[in-house]
Amino acid sequence: MTDIATAELDTFPKLLAHQARVRPLRPAMRHKDLGIWRQWTWAEMAMTVRHYALGLMAHGVAAGDKVAIIGNNRPKLYWSMMTVQSIGAVPVPVYADAVAEEMAYVLAHAEVRFACVQDQEQVDKILSVADQIAGLMLVFYDEPRGLRDYDPSRIQAIDSVIDQGAALMLADPEAVKRLDAAIEGGTGSDLSVILYTSGTTGRSKGVMLSAGGCINAARDTVAFDNLTDRDNVIAYLPLAWVGDHYLNYAQALVAGFTINCPESPETAADDRREVGTTFAFAPPRVYESMLTRIMIRMEDAGWLKRKMFHYYMGVAKKWGAKVLDQKPVPLLARLNYALGEMLVYGPLKNVLGMTKVRVAYTAGEAIGPELFSFYRSIGLNLKQLYGQTEAFLYVTAQADGAIRPDCVGPATPNVRIRIAGDGEVLYQSPGQFIGYFKDAEKTAETMTEDGYIRTGDAGFFEKDGQLRIIDRAKDVGKLKNGALYAPKYIENKLKFFPNIREVVAFGQGEDCITCFINIDLTAVGNWAERNTISYGSYQELAGHPEVYAMIAAHVAEVNRQLAEEPMMAQSQVHRFLILHKELDADDGELTRTQKVRRSFIAERYAPLVAALYNGAEEADISTEVTFEDGRKGVISARVKVMDAKTYPITSLQHAA
Amino acid sequence: MQSMIEVERGAELLKVENVSLRFGGVKAITDVSFTILKGEVRAIIGPNGAGKTSMLNVINGFYHPQEGEITYRGQKRSRMRPHVAASQGIARTFQNVALFKGMTTLDNIMVGRSLKMTSRFFWQMFRHGPAMREEIEHRKFVEEIIDFLEIEHIRKVPVGKLPYGLQKRVELGRALAMEPELLLLDEPMAGMNLEEKEDMCRFILDTAAQYGTTIALIEHDMGVVMDLSDRVVVLEYGIKIADGTPDAVKANQKVIDAYLGVGH
Repeated sequence: MTDIATAELDTFPKLLAHQARVRPLRPAMRHKDLGIWRQWTWAEMAMTVRHYALGLMAHGVAAGDKVAIIGNNRPKLYWSMMTVQSIGAVPVPVYADAVAEEMAYVLAHAEVRFACVQDQEQVDKILSVADQIAGLMLVFYDEPRGLRDYDPSRIQAIDSVIDQGAALMLADPEAVKRLDAAIEGGTGSDLSVILYTSGTTGRSKGVMLSAGGCINAARDTVAFDNLTDRDNVIAYLPLAWVGDHYLNYAQALVAGFTINCPESPETAADDRREVGTTFAFAPPRVYESMLTRIMIRMEDAGWLKRKMFHYYMGVAKKWGAKVLDQKPVPLLARLNYALGEMLVYGPLKNVLGMTKVRVAYTAGEAIGPELFSFYRSIGLNLKQLYGQTEAFLYVTAQADGAIRPDCVGPATPNVRIRIAGDGEVLYQSPGQFIGYFKDAEKTAETMTEDGYIRTGDAGFFEKDGQLRIIDRAKDVGKLKNGALYAPKYIENKLKFFPNIREVVAFGQGEDCITCFINIDLTAVGNWAERNTISYGSYQELAGHPEVYAMIAAHVAEVNRQLAEEPMMAQSQVHRFLILHKELDADDGELTRTQKVRRSFIAERYAPLVAALYNGAEEADISTEVTFEDGRKGVISARVKVMDAKTYPITSLQHAA
Repeated sequence: MQSMIEVERGAELLKVENVSLRFGGVKAITDVSFTILKGEVRAIIGPNGAGKTSMLNVINGFYHPQEGEITYRGQKRSRMRPHVAASQGIARTFQNVALFKGMTTLDNIMVGRSLKMTSRFFWQMFRHGPAMREEIEHRKFVEEIIDFLEIEHIRKVPVGKLPYGLQKRVELGRALAMEPELLLLDEPMAGMNLEEKEDMCRFILDTAAQYGTTIALIEHDMGVVMDLSDRVVVLEYGIKIADGTPDAVKANQKVIDAYLGVGH
């Protein structure tokens, strides 16, 4: 069925009205509240958004205003986005877990005049920094709990705004005309949304996206993956992240499928299972933690189940990917795989909430080959995509049947890619951004002279036309002896071990490569339990000699693999240490999308970096930490440094 | 004889007068008097063995004091059983979590509604007719509590599998399910880490604000007591040594001596 809307539908409010006309009774949104799934059809949702828009206009929201959207994935916040766009104003979704100061920066930079937020927590945060946000007029909230005694001249309930709007719809035909004119007057070149980047490097930047660009990009991928109005997604990714705005918001409005909002972020896994999503996205770490959970539970299962699980995992490893890609498989193997589907893979996918998933994507970080093949082998159509906020997500994506774990696929339809002389990946895409908000200089830096956008990532095309990303272009450096140094490449290899959660590699201009390691508390904790190793805290477990021995073995294994790769043989890790605390976004060590901020960490843990290179056996460190409520404290520790086993370079080809 | 008066906010909800409690020769509580006002958060503090838990047990009718009187909602009482206290709107949580470990969070909190269930055993046995309607109604109330305490993610998890901090929260949920007028919390934050304590503080304050519940709590963490409570009673060796606002109590020399020891 192809009712992918025509070119006239070039803004989201027009698309919403279109969907309400074409499929008024299909579910547009569901939300689990008080244990029960509530549902809104496209017609109901479109009507609510109209009421909401009239209400907001009555409160002074006007075309061109910037309106912050802050909170978890909830219908009223999605409606807020649609409503704001209907008026011709611009939604600015902000990461809900940002601390007040971070939020103040974004809200002030975006010149936000209004904010639609989830609850008291967000209201408190905004009001605490209201003096830094000059133009802020009013905050609208979804959940009333705890807000009863607040000053109503500063905050208003979204519910009451919608009610006011409903009354206005009957009472004030002029207002309705103004709203219709605003929707009709919108064009594809309008600024549709400003998405702030997570700020891997310094302050976050406001990426301006046009309505037409967003919708054209979404149309391409909806067609690419054959999404229809029968599809279901669970919305659990941060609203402020391009992934949510694209995969859920834009694609749902284009294809007319259903967005399901979980009860709370913690219940997303159960809720996914209940709604039976058909299109899924998760960063590699989510797939990883699911696999870790399965493996831990299998360890505790009875021997018969364990035997069966491991036998059929063997079968899946051998045939699963081939069955999925519809390649020739011998009849007996096919039958055995079908039995495995009945006994193991089916129930497993059911537990994971993946039974009905047709297309699953992962992106954001490299995914371990073992992890990737595990999911494919049990019949989950897991694919990789590569994208950026500036591109409005998609740059490349893997097509069904042409999947490999180490690459991210060829360019998506209507995207052009070029590799620059220094290895940097450049592209042009239909959804590409208009520019950074109030930052023409940065915008110019990001564009090449002939209109391509720099990704900042280094990569190359494999023979089969798939793009392979190795690292951030600016992070690719050289050791003292001139050998290539791609920190991310080494970090990812180490992170493929379930026991290792995060790695920070060093080596730029040094004699050899060294690294910090964060252990994974779930995996290592479980291992400790099984080996009767007692520990009282993360710090104690991280410093345990047996944990060190285990990690040392992992590092040695990575060194062995690296020794066999001609380009990377010099990149073996010579020394490492296990950090006494988990790297945390609240301490500025990770970005809000959980990416390592390498230079910041190098500075913060300078004594430890020094110890990695001066041959010391241990080093003292004390660091400031931020608690969830914003208070600060200090953690001190003595951290051991260990030499790693390295391997002679086996390949004949030496890097210069 | 259940005709109780409604107590206005700020008026006396419970009055303890000259209560003494002995176990054989051991004096647990000696001649203690204080009041709890409707809508306030009242803390009972004191060193180990000061008689705090005994005091709570006296209030909810688990122990019967040898001397003294307790007036609840304007009605004097001397001997009373815990289930009567419960039906009169006194709920409590325990120092060592007392939940049904094999049952889910949801079921544990539903248990708190059992006093409010009126349908007959026959219908309940088959989960039909009035029993079904009643159960749906109670489930709705319980879901609101689950939402209030932010424990949706453990709704169907047996409580025995939960970490301690969450078990405490479930126990609070069960007490709230009784829609109590007076909520007794016995060390609601014992054994919690800082973050869990802060969550619990928030839930206690929200409970007072949202449901208008009067709360009496025993707590060791002085910071928590000072932040949470409107008035504090201090016990030492079963005797009341101070009573007043947190600031007044903190400045009281007897209290300082009891907690820090006296120089000899």
